[in-house]
Amino acid sequence: MNNSPHPLSPKLLEVKHLKMHFPIRSGFLRRIKGYVRAVDDVSFAVREGETLSLVGESGCGKTTTGRCILRAYEPTSGDIYYQKADGTTVNLAALDRRELNPYRKEIRMIFQDPFSSLNPRMNVLDIVGEPLLVNAGLKGAKLEDRVAELLLKVGLRPEYMRRYPHAFSGGERQRIGIARALSLNPRLVVCDEAVSALDVSVRAQILNLLQDLQRDFNLTYLFIAHDLSVVEYISDRVAVMYVGKLVELAETEKLYLRPRHPYTEALLSAVPNPDPRLRNRRKEIVLEGDVADPSRPPSGCYFHPRCQYAQARCSQEEPELRDLGDEHFVACHFAEQLSLAGVPYE
Amino acid sequence: MTNDSDTLLRISCLQTYFFMDQGTVKAVDGVDLILKRGRTLGIVGESGCGKSITARSILQIVDPPGRIVSGSILYRRAVSSNGTSQLGEEVDLAKMHPMGREIRQIRGKEISMIFQEPMTSFSSLYTIGNQIMENILLHQEVTKQQARERAIELLHQVGISRPKERIDEYPHQFSGGMRQRAMIAMAIACDPSLLIADEPTTALDVTTQAQILKLMRNMQERLGMALMLITHDLGVVAEMADDVAVMYLGRVVETADVDSIFHNPKHPYTQALLRSIPKVGRRARQRLDSIVGMVPDPFTRPSGCYFHPRCSAYMPNICNRITPTTVQVGEGHTVSCLLYNGATNHE
Amino acid sequence: MSLETPPLTPLPSQKPVAPGLPPVPSIPPAPSQAFEPESRILVASQWLLMWWKFKKHKLAMASAIIIILIYLVAIFVEPIAPYLPDTFNSRATYSPPQTIHFFHEGRFIGPFVYGMKQEIEPEALRRIFTPDKSVIYELGFFVKGAPYKMWGLIPSDIHLFGPKDPQAKVYLLGADRVGRDVLTRIIYGTRISMSIGLVGVAMSFIFGLTLGGISGYFGGTIDNLIQRVIEFIRSIPTIPLWMGLAAAVPSSWPSERIYFSITIILSFVGWTGLARVVRGRFLSLREEDFVLAARLDAVSEMRIIFRHMIPSFTSHIIAAITLAIPNMILAETALSFLGLGLQPPVVSWGVLLQEAQNIRAVATAPWLLIPALAVIITVLTLNFFGDGLRDAADPYGR
Repeated sequence: MNNSPHPLSPKLLEVKHLKMHFPIRSGFLRRIKGYVRAVDDVSFAVREGETLSLVGESGCGKTTTGRCILRAYEPTSGDIYYQKADGTTVNLAALDRRELNPYRKEIRMIFQDPFSSLNPRMNVLDIVGEPLLVNAGLKGAKLEDRVAELLLKVGLRPEYMRRYPHAFSGGERQRIGIARALSLNPRLVVCDEAVSALDVSVRAQILNLLQDLQRDFNLTYLFIAHDLSVVEYISDRVAVMYVGKLVELAETEKLYLRPRHPYTEALLSAVPNPDPRLRNRRKEIVLEGDVADPSRPPSGCYFHPRCQYAQARCSQEEPELRDLGDEHFVACHFAEQLSLAGVPYE
Repeated sequence: MTNDSDTLLRISCLQTYFFMDQGTVKAVDGVDLILKRGRTLGIVGESGCGKSITARSILQIVDPPGRIVSGSILYRRAVSSNGTSQLGEEVDLAKMHPMGREIRQIRGKEISMIFQEPMTSFSSLYTIGNQIMENILLHQEVTKQQARERAIELLHQVGISRPKERIDEYPHQFSGGMRQRAMIAMAIACDPSLLIADEPTTALDVTTQAQILKLMRNMQERLGMALMLITHDLGVVAEMADDVAVMYLGRVVETADVDSIFHNPKHPYTQALLRSIPKVGRRARQRLDSIVGMVPDPFTRPSGCYFHPRCSAYMPNICNRITPTTVQVGEGHTVSCLLYNGATNHE
Repeated sequence: MSLETPPLTPLPSQKPVAPGLPPVPSIPPAPSQAFEPESRILVASQWLLMWWKFKKHKLAMASAIIIILIYLVAIFVEPIAPYLPDTFNSRATYSPPQTIHFFHEGRFIGPFVYGMKQEIEPEALRRIFTPDKSVIYELGFFVKGAPYKMWGLIPSDIHLFGPKDPQAKVYLLGADRVGRDVLTRIIYGTRISMSIGLVGVAMSFIFGLTLGGISGYFGGTIDNLIQRVIEFIRSIPTIPLWMGLAAAVPSSWPSERIYFSITIILSFVGWTGLARVVRGRFLSLREEDFVLAARLDAVSEMRIIFRHMIPSFTSHIIAAITLAIPNMILAETALSFLGLGLQPPVVSWGVLLQEAQNIRAVATAPWLLIPALAVIITVLTLNFFGDGLRDAADPYGR
């Protein structure tokens, strides 16, 4: 695992006050009844060369955030500052589709589902070669050579390039997806639950592969996941999201050892540890109720109905994301006072 | 069967095959398992290992073109007289007709099952209460009013708030976690001696999973029932199971109590599996050991030991030729691996 | 007795390969069974997979063969029919079908029919036909008969089968009101009935694909509008609609113009079914990850539509079209039967069935209903074939 990049590494991507509200339409004339606040004022930065994970449960907005960054969805508001190779910054949210095209090479995505992310009717050469064809104009033998090179990088045999996706297993398909993502030498790769749909034994292969590729090609990862053990393994920093809000952001070890937000504490305590001897060792926090509804979030702090430390202030005032010092960001009114339990480290 | 009055279910040499156009899939290929009364057996394995099919075979709900080809599933029925349950007769579930009366008397009453997808497990046309009451009325001689009261009580036991109102709601009005609770309520309605849970928390968020696992533990303690927990998540197994069986490609490769599995695994697959999962709280972040290769295609299984193409302890000309048998390597610890066959033979 | 655990042999393949990469080939060795067709499956395109899946559907395969035969008949109408459709014989009106015999007085002389003797029945003054065993008409293949021009271009007088004596009148399926051979007329009807189906479906296809595609691809208000129009059209009862439209077609028009007007009328409703299929497929494809991936690759929308979306539903379209053809055939038959579609002298199965409207005629000459059998066989086989195509249309099983 890489050492954490020096905190003064340049910011490759900076998201500021990103909002994504999906309208809820109903009725014959499809009137707007309300909004699903999938991403609700989220700000964070990704430093060059690091792996930042976005973690949270269903409905927290992590996948939507990833897609907004890639402009697969059009954000409702907010800025996405991207630093180009020459050092200048551009706001991706302000560009129109045509201006955005050159950046498609630099910011790429790996999808969750290895079955639906590859067109079953195209063979591997076509799938991995399409971005090369469309963006770099490669054809014929040159295209085949480059595709062969990419397939080798991800651990697949180039002889297989004429095969169709149905000939491959889930893990191999994910490798094809990774090859496609790397084809144009990107700088930032968004991994949207890239290993969640894989078998446990295959997951390790793909995680190792992702790490090797990061080291070899100086990639920056925005890793979206819900599995906290995978996240701890692969990330330099972790951002925890809840119902569209960013509640905590810190270096991995600090967050896991000593979380500062009650939700993070509950999340960490809920992760089942594959060691039966640890069964009753740690503080068990079982949350009441269900994850809040992003179309009708609670007042004040979204987490307050389930929080065991909640006070009156929490239902009235929404907490700001603030720096507790040492780049550990929390959105909780009582972050300084609380003494929360983390993961018992060996 | 056995002299052990603790054994509730004994599966011997179970074989469930799927007969398809492209060939025959031996989904379950000679499985031996023992379930003890009141204990939790965790069945662990990756996709294609046959754990779900094993569970379905117990209740004879294997979908065609699959069916039980051979083997026995001996179950000791519960007979309650004077309010205490005693040991009843022993029946072979594998021999029962899938749609016959015998198995239907056991399904839902003595052996219940809950599934992974709470949304598709309930019919969206009927209220939750209706469906729970249906289970009660089918197996018990009670009036509708009594069934309703029992259903409300069950919803309360599983932690659903305002059960008197929610009993008349429809499944889509419940969240995923609550539907799973309701499913547990339905499953325990008749005080089963065995609850089979097939990936019950895989589709749930991790905090909801923690709630459901806690609920299942409480229910188990309260009712004294056995729990068969099927999952691919080793963390869940470590939290919940008393005994563990590891399956690979239709066969059981290792069984032991949970501590031995995690701290003294014998089968190379178990060892490799444990090495390949990231564990929270490791300060020195070592590289994950991945298992080479992929789970083979179900139609073309390797010869001899199924795991040999991926095994780090592969013995050429042995592992690809001979099918390993199950040997005892410790107290309650069995392995199906040729590395251990030699040792016992020399005794 | 303690159990020794033998030392684990080191991973043989780990050394030369960088970690994270599988050192063994993706498909495990499996020395036991080499699955022969496996390699073909791996590089099989979607069409090949469809074909393999389709082949397993026995009923669909049999239907496909029958349909090919029917279309061959429709193409080679002139040489196949034993006579010309308009040849009439006033002395053979309502002549019943003649059975083909092979043995005459114990001897095998090849296929032949007996001649017909006519008698007038005294009570009802009906003509009764009885076989006259003294007259033998031998049948053969590739016999000389009435001259014709195939497709209006190629003159010939060889017929696929018929009486060896060109003057003999043989009615294998009986004769109609004016003594025309029913079999010949059914065969001639094949061409019109089958081709109207195709032409009508071609028009539906153009409308359906365009409007359904726009509806599904853009969604939103346009989709809403087009769908409401479709629902409106579909809610009108079809037969009265067709009757109304057909009544507006002047019967004084030449038959080709009437033919095309009828096809336009039939496709007026037919396109809606196809449009909905196309829309459904577009809507589901828009959400697919691989379409999003292509967008994120900066692939142009045009290329996405043509390279990713259209190939994904081409097979469904083919299946939907195939299932639309029998509806067209039934529609034309119904209209012509009611006297509103094609008119004589154009010969289609529907026109032939007009003759069978009269209950008296049907009671005395039930063989006039045989064109209905032709319609039934065609519609059934097309439906089975279409079903087989539809089942095979998505070989990836999703």
